[in-house]
Amino acid sequence: MRVLVGVNGSPDSIQALEKSVRRAAMFDENVTIAILDTPETDKSRGEIKNEVRSVIENEDITANITHLEGNPGSRLVEYAESEDFDHLIIGGGETSPMGKIQISSLAEFVLLNSHVTVTLVR
Amino acid sequence: MNHNRGYPETVSEGFDPPPLNFVDGEERSIQIRSYAETSTEFEAIVNMYDQFDPADRAQGIPPSQEDRIRDWLANILDGNCLNVVAWHNDTVAGHATLVPDEEAFELAIFVLQAFQQAGIGTQLVNALLGYGAAQDVSKVWLTVERWNHAAVALYEKVGFEMCETESFEIEMSIRLAADE
Repeated sequence: MRVLVGVNGSPDSIQALEKSVRRAAMFDENVTIAILDTPETDKSRGEIKNEVRSVIENEDITANITHLEGNPGSRLVEYAESEDFDHLIIGGGETSPMGKIQISSLAEFVLLNSHVTVTLVR
Repeated sequence: MNHNRGYPETVSEGFDPPPLNFVDGEERSIQIRSYAETSTEFEAIVNMYDQFDPADRAQGIPPSQEDRIRDWLANILDGNCLNVVAWHNDTVAGHATLVPDEEAFELAIFVLQAFQQAGIGTQLVNALLGYGAAQDVSKVWLTVERWNHAAVALYEKVGFEMCETESFEIEMSIRLAADE
């Protein structure tokens, strides 16, 4: 299995990454992490990359990290398809103070457009 | 979350703070009161959510298992939130809540299936916004699934306006007081 995880630095994307690498270590999956541009997060690309590295270091896996510039949804879907990934994983949304799950615009775009199987991590 | 949420300029007024007494569309006597923070009331609310039809869940709430319902309620029946409860005798027919955000309050209402379509939801929103206005709440927002036309119509009727319609859920907001 070749797995692509899209990370934009939001809390749900980091959680999705943590669960994905844990699973990948268990099943010996090949993981690529795509760091996305997002105007919504205040974090710099370097900060996100450091967070990603510290998550990977905790697990016994080898993972590739790449950057995708431009519109995050379309770039992620395009990359997943052109590089023949089996599986695309992204965060499953944020929770409001009330406890309501809110799907990000990235997740909406990916769900509606990806021809690669998508998992939203909760 | 969404830091650029817009609010109407016009202040919506005239809501009735609790307690409210009325007869619903099915001739049942209903009383809406602010939540009293007693274990009896807490358990009665847990009981309502325990019976809630999973088909009426919205965006993951209410949760479906009792321990999760209790955790969720402990969070929103907390002193920082404003809660009103619709009672039919000792049974909870519905519940509405305002949960503080950074600068505003998020609203949600829930009516038990057996009590739906009898006007209770409209009165719960009326009472909750009256309670909020009395407690100096100035801005309230909510999200609603776009296919839930009945809820959208109810919110529009009391003065909510759509502020974000680009995603799966519609965001709506209302102003109860002018900015200071």
